[in-house]
Amino acid sequence: MEKNKKNFKIVGKPIVRQDGVTKVTGKAKFAADYNFPNELQSVMLRIHSSHALIKSIDFSCIENDSNVAAIIDHRDIPGDKKVGVIKKDQPIFCSEKVVTPGDVIAMIVGKSERELIKIKDKIKIEYEDLPVLTDPSKSLETDAPLIHPEYKSNLIVHYPLRKGNVDSGFSNSEHILEQTYTTQNIEHAYIEPECVTAIPQIDNSIKIIGSIQNPHTTRRIVAAVLGISLSQVVIIQADLGGSFGGKDDTMNILSARAAVAAIKTGRPVKIKYSREDSILESYKRHPYVMHYKVGYNSSGKITTMKIDVTADGGAYASMSPFVTWRTVVQATGPYEIENVWTDVKAVYTNNPYTGAMRGFGSPQPIFAQESIMDEIAERLGMNPVEIREINALKQNSVTSTGQRLENHEVTLTKAMKTAIEKTGFVDKWNNYRNQSLDKSNFILSGEDLILSEDKFISRQDKLRRGIGLSISLRGCSLGAEGIDAAAALVAVQPDGSVYLLSGLAENGQGLRTTYSIVAAEILGIATDKIIYLEQDTSRIPDSGPTVASRATLMGGGAFRNASEIIQKRITNLLLNEWQLDKEAELIFEDSMIKHIASNKSIEFTEACSFASQRGINLSVVGWYKGPDVSWDEEIGQGSAYFTYVYGCHVAEVSVNINTGEIYINKITAVHDAGKIINILGAQGQVYGGSTQGAGYAVWEEIDKHNGFIREMNFDQYLIPTSKDIKSIDAIFIEGEDDYGAWGAKSLGEPTLELTAGAIANAVKNATGKRYFNLPLNLEEILLNRKLRPEDMKRGSE
Amino acid sequence: MKEEKNMKGISRRRFIKGVGTGIVGSYVMLPTMKDSEAKITKSPKDEVLESVRTETLETTINGRKVKSKVEPRTTLADFLRDYLELTGTKVVCNHGECGGCSVILDGRAVYSCMLLALDANGKEVITIEGLMSGENLHPLQQAFIEHDGLQCGFCTPGQIMAAYALLKKFPNPTDEQIMTGMSGNLCRCAAYPNIIKSVRGAAKKMNS
Ligand code: FES
Ligand code: FES
Repeated sequence: MEKNKKNFKIVGKPIVRQDGVTKVTGKAKFAADYNFPNELQSVMLRIHSSHALIKSIDFSCIENDSNVAAIIDHRDIPGDKKVGVIKKDQPIFCSEKVVTPGDVIAMIVGKSERELIKIKDKIKIEYEDLPVLTDPSKSLETDAPLIHPEYKSNLIVHYPLRKGNVDSGFSNSEHILEQTYTTQNIEHAYIEPECVTAIPQIDNSIKIIGSIQNPHTTRRIVAAVLGISLSQVVIIQADLGGSFGGKDDTMNILSARAAVAAIKTGRPVKIKYSREDSILESYKRHPYVMHYKVGYNSSGKITTMKIDVTADGGAYASMSPFVTWRTVVQATGPYEIENVWTDVKAVYTNNPYTGAMRGFGSPQPIFAQESIMDEIAERLGMNPVEIREINALKQNSVTSTGQRLENHEVTLTKAMKTAIEKTGFVDKWNNYRNQSLDKSNFILSGEDLILSEDKFISRQDKLRRGIGLSISLRGCSLGAEGIDAAAALVAVQPDGSVYLLSGLAENGQGLRTTYSIVAAEILGIATDKIIYLEQDTSRIPDSGPTVASRATLMGGGAFRNASEIIQKRITNLLLNEWQLDKEAELIFEDSMIKHIASNKSIEFTEACSFASQRGINLSVVGWYKGPDVSWDEEIGQGSAYFTYVYGCHVAEVSVNINTGEIYINKITAVHDAGKIINILGAQGQVYGGSTQGAGYAVWEEIDKHNGFIREMNFDQYLIPTSKDIKSIDAIFIEGEDDYGAWGAKSLGEPTLELTAGAIANAVKNATGKRYFNLPLNLEEILLNRKLRPEDMKRGSE
Repeated sequence: MKEEKNMKGISRRRFIKGVGTGIVGSYVMLPTMKDSEAKITKSPKDEVLESVRTETLETTINGRKVKSKVEPRTTLADFLRDYLELTGTKVVCNHGECGGCSVILDGRAVYSCMLLALDANGKEVITIEGLMSGENLHPLQQAFIEHDGLQCGFCTPGQIMAAYALLKKFPNPTDEQIMTGMSGNLCRCAAYPNIIKSVRGAAKKMNS
């Protein structure tokens, strides 16, 4: 197909990142690096409660303090006092109730943050504690406390999916297996904590610069809160120190607070969060409770699945309706199953709220479904590869939403084959399974919590090796979640240099480089001729959020569109000038434009100056709109996403069966993300995603007690270091697709979602024991439960 | 019992003591730095400072003598960022856990959020801004670009400074030494494999 141009000059080649130099010299400007004259600092006022009625607040003892420039609370908000993407349930400042410990009642601004912190304690707040709800499985009980009484229920959203007939499916199955899996809260832990400054402008508009993931969303929220028009709000994205889905809602709210304060005081107001503030107030990845009931035959064919998922949405709805929608589409995994009955619910609790995080509703069910697949294989005497080969989605298969996979190459089994060949999976899996297991030391009995001398850690002979795999399909971009379109500006200057500007945001994922490669490929120039402009909402149309691993697909499509329009304009000009046939083809490469047959050529720079003399406009806003998708809410059927990507991770681990420690020796990650544009960026995504996935599997957990988070900084919340994963092998198979830029699709999230499932299966292979709850930390491995104040039981045992 | 957590927590803390600040680097001579005129800095928070006790700090930052009045409790990281506007040094955890604020103090890598500005009195500090010689990038900076040792870049100044001290101590490091030496610097983008490559690549260049 013409669209999938071959013989790329730049696409797929290692091109160093656009923002490299500023980032290695310390010159890159992140949000906290901006200072404005006369700027005020701010501190937040909270109470120590997860659920309380606010009775009264007495600011009188600080009102006249010279350190206080202003006290800002709900009374200062001229527009919307509550915000939210779907449900407007989250107050900028709480006035009646506090529903989770991160909630903010007021903000005090002044010159010195230190002084403000001292003063803050003088404010008298009277409040009455209400019953606290922390267990999502109790949220829908009739006597559960209502978090937001105005909705009359703690249900945020419920998605049903009905396909075939599960009753007859189960009665006709030869075997049935039922299990429960649970996963934990996860912190994004972007290395840069939140920061934003709002600067009032003389014309009554407001300018905001901050660590903002989705500037156009932030603009919408700030305008609504201030009650002004969109054009009066300008959002500039500072260099962003990581986001992973996390600098969305929180940043919208912080931006709104700063804007209200800036307008009240007439001065720039900065909000700069400490790590503790960040962990306390920002949203997390959803903990899930997942019941799976699977009907299958002795042949290995799975016929029926009944799935019930409850997601803890925490105190606010945020992105829960979108996150759990992806879950309902993908809960059966990449398998073709005739009868499916899925219910996915998100509910309110007084826990920290949950929202978008890299993976977005898929890492949880993948852990469950890939665990249960291995368990079924085990019961049937098969290996993990055989069971998957039988059930995996293939070309023209029908998904659980009734969508036939026919418009793109379905590379699921190819990805799995590549991974198992590369790792020697089957042999290793068989060998490790037959390791002699000294089980006597392994699981400690209830009373035996203290190890006796002879059981004390002797590493060598207590290490068991294991290998495990997981596979997935993932819908690209937003799907039936939202309108899917993106804009891109390509502005070729008379001297042949080029400006690029995208409506999607650089979050560190290397998108500037990717877009530069797309433009450079089509215009036949070098990427160093391209300058990437800072993201500013006043200069480029809203392109939807930079989420759902859609930036390469959608933005790449838009840049391709803009660049091709420019290429066409230059071509027409030259064909005319060279008196060639209107249909003749010109080659754009090596900074030259050539017509081979007539041996005519011109330097790209010269062509641009010529075009400018002739009054040809070489500045173009390109647009890419995803094809339509369809969805029936009642039964969860339809073409959920317009295309999909596939992947397979193999994890190789060692487990110390005396201490429960897991060592990750190798992750082999095979992904079909379509055409790879930016190979260095793509490898970076695999390293980052697999490592975060491993953190999810083994170390990371935001643990709450009565809604209060216990891990407030990196001494308690453990993210992987350079030592924790020995090696990661990134392999790309490029399936054919027509969408975006030459079929370049999604990668950022697939790299994360698969790792935990693979590690859990590897740990089973090593220890002979299956685990049902993430993370697989020491207590889980040794005791098969989580030690926590409530000593809560979670999934199957 | 939060055994795993404590164990890892302790090992990170131990790392700070054992590796982060404990690198027995030789005294670093900076060939490119001229002894320029002393710079007296004004605090951005002068108005606030008028009412509090201050001390005089004399130190050398990136080859320049600096004399300044500081509030004794000011950390070295805040001093660099707020007083000198050397914002390349990042504050990530402010807690001695992540290495984002690493700078070189008398040849050793230190977490500047865990030191007071006054700890640098009479000493020599190098920050990310002091690594270039003229227009030329330091081989480590060059290597981080070449090997794509970064994504968002927020941890990068800290990574490069830690690597700088590491290569002073081990000019020919083994992979194990690099992995361990860099393990006190968190990177949530997890550019780790490329960070290791960058350090290895820079060591090679610097030795050739
Ligand atoms: S900011 Fe200093 S160690 Fe984290
Ligand atoms: S590059 Fe983003 S945290 Fe290291």
